[in-house]
Amino acid sequence: MSAKNSVMVFIEQNNSKVADVSLELVSEGKKLADKLGVALDAVAIGYNLEKEVEVLGHYGCNTVFYINDERLSHFTSVPYAKTIVEIIKKHEPQIVLFGATTTGRDVAPRVASELKCGLTADCTELQIGEYKLKSKVYKNTLLQIRPAFGGNIVATIVSPESMPSMATVREGVMKMAEPDTSKEVELVSEKCGLDDSDFMTEVIEVMIEEKNVDLKSANIIVSAGMGAATPEGLELVKKLANTLGGEVGASRPVVDSGIIDRDHQVGQTGLTVRPNLYIACGISGQIQHRAGMAEAKRIIAINNDPDAPIFNIAHYGIVGDVNDIINRMIKAYKARA
Amino acid sequence: MSLQIIVMVKQVPDTHNVSGDAMKPDGTVNRAVLPAIFNPEDLNALEEAIKIKETIGGKITAITMGPPNAVKILKECLYRGVDDVVLVSDRKFAGADTLATSYALKCAIEKVEKYDLVLCGRQAIDGDTAQVGPQIAEKLNINQLTCVSEIVEVNETDITIKRSIENGHEFLKSNMPVLLTVTNEANEPRTPSAKLAVAYKNISGKTSDESYDDEYLESGIDDPISYIKEWNVESINADPQLCGLSGSPTKVKKVQSVVLTASDVKQIQNTDEGIAELINELTEEHIIG
Ligand SMILES: Cc1cc2nc3c(=O)[nH]c(=O)nc-3n(C[C@H](O)[C@H](O)[C@H](O)COP(=O)(O)OP(=O)(O)OC[C@H]3O[C@@H](n4cnc5c(N)ncnc54)[C@H](O)[C@@H]3O)c2cc1C
Ligand SMILES: Cc1cc2nc3c(=O)[nH]c(=O)nc-3n(C[C@H](O)[C@H](O)[C@H](O)COP(=O)(O)OP(=O)(O)OC[C@H]3O[C@@H](n4cnc5c(N)ncnc54)[C@H](O)[C@@H]3O)c2cc1C
Repeated sequence: MSAKNSVMVFIEQNNSKVADVSLELVSEGKKLADKLGVALDAVAIGYNLEKEVEVLGHYGCNTVFYINDERLSHFTSVPYAKTIVEIIKKHEPQIVLFGATTTGRDVAPRVASELKCGLTADCTELQIGEYKLKSKVYKNTLLQIRPAFGGNIVATIVSPESMPSMATVREGVMKMAEPDTSKEVELVSEKCGLDDSDFMTEVIEVMIEEKNVDLKSANIIVSAGMGAATPEGLELVKKLANTLGGEVGASRPVVDSGIIDRDHQVGQTGLTVRPNLYIACGISGQIQHRAGMAEAKRIIAINNDPDAPIFNIAHYGIVGDVNDIINRMIKAYKARA
Repeated sequence: MSLQIIVMVKQVPDTHNVSGDAMKPDGTVNRAVLPAIFNPEDLNALEEAIKIKETIGGKITAITMGPPNAVKILKECLYRGVDDVVLVSDRKFAGADTLATSYALKCAIEKVEKYDLVLCGRQAIDGDTAQVGPQIAEKLNINQLTCVSEIVEVNETDITIKRSIENGHEFLKSNMPVLLTVTNEANEPRTPSAKLAVAYKNISGKTSDESYDDEYLESGIDDPISYIKEWNVESINADPQLCGLSGSPTKVKKVQSVVLTASDVKQIQNTDEGIAELINELTEEHIIG
């Protein structure tokens, strides 16, 4: 059964499928809930999602509060915010997590404003810990760690007296747990208390642009930076990715220059990836790029400047011309024993 | 009747051009070497406001909350065609998180009385939260449209916009009043007008509240203003308890500058042998197949 003081996750959906970021948050929320000895709940809003939300159980969710209404099939700010506020007031969780997506970052501030509680933006790490303010000690507080200031600083933020403590969490940074299909989630239907006048936004059209690359699930990513942004360099990057069975990534200036689609951008304003192997070709390694790839299991940096910052986070460094080195890598791979 | 547009603008340190000594290791900022600039996406919001004024008419008021030297960006607003500007400044606002910031800004907006459109930048480049816009909308009890990459159609009663989302975009329509947060995809902001820059060069602030004349707002919008309005906690009728540090549920526990830690990088020789060895090592570890 549901209980107060839980950790709660807002479930986002894309075309009636639970979004990856929500499964990441359920996985992470479960860890926090276990540390606190409380339940992990979720709130799902939409239309005909009963079957879809079953997957939440596999990732450790105990109870999902579900609001089913045709008018809620597509996200709009006010109806979603009001619905979430009602659920929070009724079930009194101590922590509420949202994905730091265009949906989460739209609705979470509105919810926090109405409840007058603290909201930490775009977190990349969450912990349970202690916070001391003068003589007061707050135990079992949510420590919310986030980059700010254009990525130049990392701040740990707490909302010690806020009930609940709320955070949006960057997509791709929390690990999805291994699903356990034997575990079931309890579905609790909740009433939708909205008036037609709450639906202030008319959704005229939604255009989904099919992505032609799936960097997030790639095991190997070969990324082009400005040092590989020549026609020849980019061809070689693609060839190496093809040879290794990986995908092509890029730094932002390469994307901005128009020679590759934005779907390929890795970094703070692009995707956060954690492949087994990341090959950075002619990438200097500025902080905003590193934010998206520093957690790759193996990083190979190729750069003709031995002092390039990328070498500080790489596991393997090769100093030299990018075209030269990629040619050698392709040759060596094909010649493998 | 013409549209009343309010643009929210913030002065920020130029965090996108941080050089060597701008950040101290403890995460504090060496403000002397980091110039204060107009928050980039607020210029995009301002540009949309000016475009609306040019096409269907309207009056634009720019509001900023910040220290006295934030008048610099208000002047920038005037140079670009804004009709009226307000500096909200008071020590009591210091240390505000987004909840306390949006509360103060909501009080300031309500003092302007009538508004149809409130335009914000999507995100400020220092706090980087993108929370203030939606929180102001909630506090004003009006609708919000975030991540606006284009204003498709606007008239005196409603607005249609394009909103950028992860896997595409959506077209949304709302009645006024409504708050928008505008992204840098929306436009290329214009440069200031030389003529206006001359006209407003010596404009300065005036705090006395008696000088604030309500009728002024309704008066001919072609009359250039003669001073920058300065409001404080009392003049916007804000509860000091809900402002600044005391009105902020979030607290900063720790800040760190991001410094690179040199890992034990393995140097691979750029030779056929060196690279063949690397490929073999990765193959043995099943990193590559
Ligand atoms: C708010 C903000 C968000 C940002 N978000 C992102 C983001 O999401 N992703 C991102 O990538 N960036 C982002 N940036 C930009 C980031 O700061 C850097 O400017 C960018 O990552 C640099 O890209 P680069 O390494 O490709 O280019 P550069 O910094 O120009 O580096 C090129 C490198 O190639 C090397 N090189 C040149 N020629 C050769 C050669 N022939 N052989 C080998 N090496 C060579 C050079 O030594 C150099 O190190 C953001 C910036 C800001 C302010
Ligand atoms: C390192 C660091 C981390 C922080 N983290 C958090 C956090 O996680 N949660 C939190 O609640 N607070 C946080 N804060 C505090 C927060 O930055 C301030 O409350 C700030 O005043 C508003 O937030 P922002 O800069 O993120 O603005 P955003 O919400 O990103 O700004 C969006 C838009 O709102 C308008 N706007 C914002 N501020 C003003 C203003 N002063 N005057 C006029 N218009 C304005 C502008 O149009 C702007 O483009 C943090 C501060 C720092 C320094």
